[in-house]
This record gives sequence, C-alpha cells and structure tokens, in this order.
Amino acid sequence: MANVFTNIGDWVTERAPNMMPAYRKHMTEYYAPKNFNLWYYFGSLALLVLVNQIVTGIFLTMNYNPSAAGAFDSVQYIMRDVEWGWLIRYMHSTGASLFFVVVFLHMFRGMMYGSYKKPRELVWLLGMLIFLVLMAEAFMGYVLPWGNMSFWGAKVIVSLFGTIPVIGGQLVEWIMGDFLPADATLNRFFALHVIALPIVLLLLVVLHIAALHEVGSNNPDGVEIKKGPKGNRWDALKPADGIPFHPYYTVKDLVGVGFFLLIAAFIIFFAPTFGGWFLEHDNSIMANNLVTPAEIKPVWYFTPFYAIVRMIPSFAGTAVWGVLAMFGAIAVLFLLPWFDRGKVKSIRHRGTGYKVALGLFVLSFFGLGAVGAGITAEVIPEWFGDVDLTTYENAFGRLMTLIYFGFFAFLWAYTHFGWEKTKPVPERVTTHD
Amino acid sequence: MANEVVDHGRRRFLTATTAVVGGLGIVSAAVPFIKSWEPSARAKAAGAPVTQSLAKIEAGQMLAVSWRSLPVFVINRTPAQLATLPAVDSRLVDPKSDGASAAQQPKYAQNETRSIKPEWLVIVGICTHLGCVPNFVPEIKPEPFDPNWKGGFYCPCHHSRYDLAGRVFSGVPAPKNLEVPPYHFIDDKTIQIGVDPKEAG
Amino acid sequence: MTKRQLLMKRYIFPVALAFGLIVGSASAQAAEEGGLLPAGTNVQDQASLQRGAKLFFNYCVGCHSLKYMRYSRIASDLGLSEQEVMQNLNFTGARFEDPVVSHMPADLATKWFGKAPPDLSLEVSAKTADWVYTYLNTFYLDPHSPVGWNNTTLPNAAMPFPLWELQGMQTAEMKPAKPGEDPAVEKLVLSQPGKLTPAQYQQATRDLTSFLEYASEPVALERHHYGIWVLLFLAFFTLLAAMLKKEYWKDVH
Repeated sequence: MANVFTNIGDWVTERAPNMMPAYRKHMTEYYAPKNFNLWYYFGSLALLVLVNQIVTGIFLTMNYNPSAAGAFDSVQYIMRDVEWGWLIRYMHSTGASLFFVVVFLHMFRGMMYGSYKKPRELVWLLGMLIFLVLMAEAFMGYVLPWGNMSFWGAKVIVSLFGTIPVIGGQLVEWIMGDFLPADATLNRFFALHVIALPIVLLLLVVLHIAALHEVGSNNPDGVEIKKGPKGNRWDALKPADGIPFHPYYTVKDLVGVGFFLLIAAFIIFFAPTFGGWFLEHDNSIMANNLVTPAEIKPVWYFTPFYAIVRMIPSFAGTAVWGVLAMFGAIAVLFLLPWFDRGKVKSIRHRGTGYKVALGLFVLSFFGLGAVGAGITAEVIPEWFGDVDLTTYENAFGRLMTLIYFGFFAFLWAYTHFGWEKTKPVPERVTTHD
Repeated sequence: MANEVVDHGRRRFLTATTAVVGGLGIVSAAVPFIKSWEPSARAKAAGAPVTQSLAKIEAGQMLAVSWRSLPVFVINRTPAQLATLPAVDSRLVDPKSDGASAAQQPKYAQNETRSIKPEWLVIVGICTHLGCVPNFVPEIKPEPFDPNWKGGFYCPCHHSRYDLAGRVFSGVPAPKNLEVPPYHFIDDKTIQIGVDPKEAG
Repeated sequence: MTKRQLLMKRYIFPVALAFGLIVGSASAQAAEEGGLLPAGTNVQDQASLQRGAKLFFNYCVGCHSLKYMRYSRIASDLGLSEQEVMQNLNFTGARFEDPVVSHMPADLATKWFGKAPPDLSLEVSAKTADWVYTYLNTFYLDPHSPVGWNNTTLPNAAMPFPLWELQGMQTAEMKPAKPGEDPAVEKLVLSQPGKLTPAQYQQATRDLTSFLEYASEPVALERHHYGIWVLLFLAFFTLLAAMLKKEYWKDVH
C-alpha cells in the first residue's frame, strides 16, 4: 500500500516537480506559532462554511427556478417535494448566517491581536475584499427566494445607488434591468450569485492564504516568531516557537469543526428560522410590488451598516451622505493598518485607551445592529414610555455611529501622537494549551 | 525537548478511528444529496396511475397515452390483425416472451397476444434498442423495410421491427420485445395504466 | 486562573451574552407583540393535527387553498389512509396526489371579497402561530363592515367569520373615543353562544392553527428525529478529535 502511494508520488513529482513541495510549504512545513487560542478557529471554520455553501448551493440550483413567476414556488418545491431538499436548503440558509458570525469573529480577532499590522497589511486587505464580496454574495442570494423581504430588500439596497447625484436614477435602472426588481434582476443576481462571485471569492481566499503563508501567522502575543530564536524539534532552521500546521493545527481545527458543526446542526434541525433571524417571517410571503412589509429591515448581518444609512440625514438636497457613510464604515476597516500606528500588535500589551476604545467599538457595532434590526424601536417605548421614538432612536443611533468612526480617529491620534503607554512585548510567545 | 516517548500505537489508532468516523460522517452526509436526485413528489404525482377511456378507439386504431412521461400505446386490434400473430412466430426472437423478454410484461400479459383482453394491446412505445419511439404501421402490405410485413411497429432510428403484439423480429438491433406496463380494466371500456389487476382488486 | 480562562471571561462571555440578549429580547418581543394570545400549538400531537385538518377542510378550503400541500402528503404525515382522506377531506374531486386547491374561482372571489382569499400554505410561517390563533378568536359583529364582521387582530379584514356557528357571536365594547380619533375596541364579549363552549372553541382553533403550522413546514414533524442522531454522532466525533488533538499536542511544549 505504502509502496503504491510512493510510486504515485514519484510519478507526479516527475511531471510536476513543485506540487509536493507546495503541499509541504502550506501544510507540514508551514510553521505556525504554537500559542493560538480559541480565536484562531474561525479562519478554518470560514473555509468550512464556504465549502458547505458551495456544495449545498450547487444542489439547490438543480431545483431552483430563477424567474419571478417560479422562484418562490420552486423554493417550496425544494422544501416539500424534493427528497431531503429541506435539509439542503436549511444547510444553505443557516450556513449563510453562520458565515457572517464566523467572519465577524475572525475579523475581530485580527483587530484584537493586531494581525492587520505590518507585515500583514496585504493579508488584511485581501480579507477585507473577501468580506466585501461576501456581502454582495449574501445580498444577491437573499433576493433569490423572491419572498417579499427579498423583493423589498433588493429594492432598498439597489436604491442606495440611486442617491448618487446625476447618474443615480439611470444606474438603478441599469442594475435592475427594469423599473422595479423583476425577472431581469432575478436572473442576473442568480448568475452572479452562483457563478461570478463564488469564483472571485475562491480566488481571493487562495490569495488571502497565500499572502498569509508568505509572512507567517500572527499570534495572541503579537510576537514575530520568525524574528525569535531558531530551531525546533522538526527543523533546526525554523522558528523555535513554530509548530508544523499539519498535523498539529489540522487536528486542533478538527476539534473546532466538531464544536461548530454541533451548533450548526442544532440550528438546522431544531431552529432553522432561528426565531425569524435567519429566515424571516415576511419572506414566507411571495414578492409583492404593491405591499411593503410592515417592518422592512435587512437580514441581521447587514443591520449595523443599514443603521448608519438611516442615521445620517439628507442635506443639500441629496441622501447620498448616508450611503457614503455606510460605504465609509467599510472603507475605514480597509484602512485600519494605516490608522493604527501603534508600536505593539496584541491587545495584551496595548494601552488602556486602546482597550477601552476597542470595547466601545464592539459596543457601537452591536448598538447599530440593534437600531438596524428594529430592537431599539421596540425597547425605547418600553423603557421610556410615551416618548418621541425617532428623537430617542436617532440620538442613540448617531452616538453609536460617532463611536464607530470615532474609534478609527481616536486610534490614529492615540498612536500618532504617542499617547499610548504599551507594555513590553516578550521575546518568546507566552502561552499555549 | 524530544526526550519523551511518543506512543505511536495510540497515535495511529486515534488517527485511524477519527478518520473512519469522520469518513462515515461525510458518507452519511452525502446520502441526502444523492437521494435528492430521486424522482420528487411532483414527478411521482405526475407518474401516478392514468385512467383512460377506450370508448373512442375504433378497431384498428391506436391512441398514445402519457404515463410517467412515457408514451403508452393503446391499440384496438382487429380479428384479422390478431390472426397475423401466430403466423410470424417463426421470424421472432422470443415469440412466447419467456426467454430474453420474460421480464418485459407482467405475468397476466405473458401470452400470444401479450394482453389481458386479446384485442386490447397496451404497450410502452419505447424501442428496446436505444429508446426511440417506434412508428405504428398497422397495414398488412409489403413495406420498403419488409416485403412480408404483417403489421406492427417500425423504429425509425435503427430499423428495429416488432409485430402487432410488440414482439421483436430476429435480425434487428433491438434485443427484446416492447414492454407491457402494469394495467387493468376498471370496466369494459376503461383501463387504468400503472396498477396491476390484483392491486386494484 | 490561567490566561486562557481569563480571556474566556474577558471576551467570549460578553459576546455570547450580547448575542443571547438580542435573540432573547427578539423572541420576547415577538411573544407580546400586539397582545397576541399564546397559541399553544404542538405539531407533534397527531390527533390535534387530524382534528385541525377536519376543520380546515370543512370550513376553510371552500375559499382558501393549500397549494403546496398534497393530499397524499397529508395522509402519510397525519396517519390517515388514502380512503379516509379522499372521503372525508377531499371534496373537490382532485386526485390523491394533487395539491389542495380551492375550487373558488379567483375572479369571483375578487368580486365578492375585494381580493382573492390568500393561499394558507405558509400562513403560519408568515404570521406566526400566535397571530393565526388570535385572529381566529377575535372576530366580532360590526354593522359598519361590508361583510358584517370585523377583527381586532386584523382590523377591516375582508373575510366574513366562517366559524361563527362554532364560537357564537362576539360583540365589541368600545373605549370612549378621544376627540379626533376613531373609537377603539375595549374588549370582546360573547353575546350569543355557539355550538361549542369557549374552552372547546379555543381547543378547536388551536387544532386548526396546529394544522396550518404543520402545513407551513411539513418537515417539522420529522427533522427533530434526524437531529438527535446527528448531534450524537457529532458529539462522538468531537470527542475523538479532542483525544487525537491531545495526543498529538503532547509534542508541543
């Protein structure tokens, strides 16, 4: 048996001399810091969800009908008439939401431990591109079931482009291929969702990992293991604090995969709508261009960004400012490596100001999410009684928006003017389990 | 650093066990995806038994009925046509339908006329060679493809020929007689395709 | 306390807590939204589903379809025979395999009620079980309405009340109107009893809501059974993976 494998290996190596070395470079001879903690599971989990979305997505297209007349019915056809179609659809819909859970946590990990800082700016930029494409992918996928939330979600999001001065109106018609979301819109979103964007996404993921493996992984201590002492039990020239990715992190990630699948399976089999958060009530009504749902709000992972649009008033005769602010909220994340001029990477060694600011940033993200999801609209009358809801909600939402952007401004000033008092960074990584 | 003893046996055992259990998981997870290719409830509903009245099919006429998306030929054979059947036995591959074509009809249609009632032939119009739909050529007269033609089915794709009971001639590409679907008579003038007589009883 | 535990405490718990709070507040808010009554449905209760199906096919199917439900599926899911379904539930002459489609022509319905009665296959998914149950319990006589009935859950509903002979007739007691506002309903009183007692009627509407909840997602009857086995398998796999990880990580110091 072993002989057969060796022979096949030799046969391949003779014809493609760099294939085996590439495997070794990324797996058995990729030395990752040995002190990864819980936060480092989310990268591999994101990859797992991506695979899940692709496989379940391919099977959904086999029975889905991308037409305004047939889309809604075909989803129910999948749910009821296709054998196990319900499972495939719930895996896809749950996967979509969990994708964002995992990616948000992965991004927060990067912020917390300074993984975006030199020399990993390129890794961060590619990651942010993935996030951007993922948002487009999720939005278009959300339109496909052609429920009433799909329809009005499409209408509102596409209308964001309508706020652009001069060309806005024409741009909106061009995106939709009609005067409202219609057959043409559904067809092009379907093509982009199932072919174009997944290809881009896969390419970006490959580049993201390739860029990471060029510089090596960061770690919770923010120590550059490549600059530390050399020599470990596998290789005398490699970092002393590094361990081969395979088998050590592959088996470790397997544990993470197990836990993650437990959570995912629980949702898929016992709470697939997740109380109306993953699959919304109003999307059980077919798209109706005459009736807007009573509570029009985006699916949960877009709520923080949507809230920013709502919080910025229009002035000078245009509503473009809210849209600019929303895209700005993503743009500042792209620029994070250049806002932060701090000398140390990890939160473990950063000043109190940074810790407080990051905490407030997370809080503002949740706060904006609550505004966007309509939670504040429910809670404010309960807590404050008969008050002017809009005033209270705007006050809260604008404060949260201010904190969100304030984090980046503060971070720049805090590090640029040397106000940050950092703790000494150890020479070697400190903990592992 | 490398001075402790690694228990290679335990390591191998755990690796193998995890791989096998994980592999089992992946195989089980694949089952729903493979099963999703089976005919859906809608396809099965469309393939449900079909009831067909015979009242308007004149002697010598044929009617094609769709059952499970298959063309089912219902033919009212005349006494003259029935008389041709024994005459062609010697030129057929399996005249008694008990050889290669034993499974091509339910037991109750395994006879000279391949039918429940002699005059009524109910047959799936799909050539047993490569699945084309044969033409119904009922006239007893010389044809370009057979100077001794006694009436039957002629497949335009690869020239396979069948007699008026759907029995295949020797020397043509098709290997077996045409298939007789399960069917039964609800009354004298109505049949139901897709249900055997005893199931219906 | 190790550094790892410290980290857990510092970051993971707040995040989990925030997530829990959002979901919790949302479900709490859904429950008390607009003062809906708790439906108390249970789709695993087959007898209740059967009673609900009977009510649906006696009182609702004249106008409302369940176009995504096949009679055959209802039979197998509710433990009914083909004969029972075809004799007791199917009054339209549809085949056993066909979906449940009302015989009411849409154009006539539009003429009578102002709009075609909606398909009810996904009613519970769209509105929640509590909403449907409350709706069925809050019809009252209203001489100002074109159909003679009104509803506090869906004011000015186009539907006349088909279950009145079961529940009886409710009338509304109005709040004293504030100047410039329409009078609001204070409470509903049963002014003329029907065939069922109030408790029986509540049970009947609960059964009907259960049946519609099942129709919204037929697979809800079975997905739990698969889920248990999947979770058990995954727990076992995770345990194995954890042991494997521990074994390998003996190398790492």
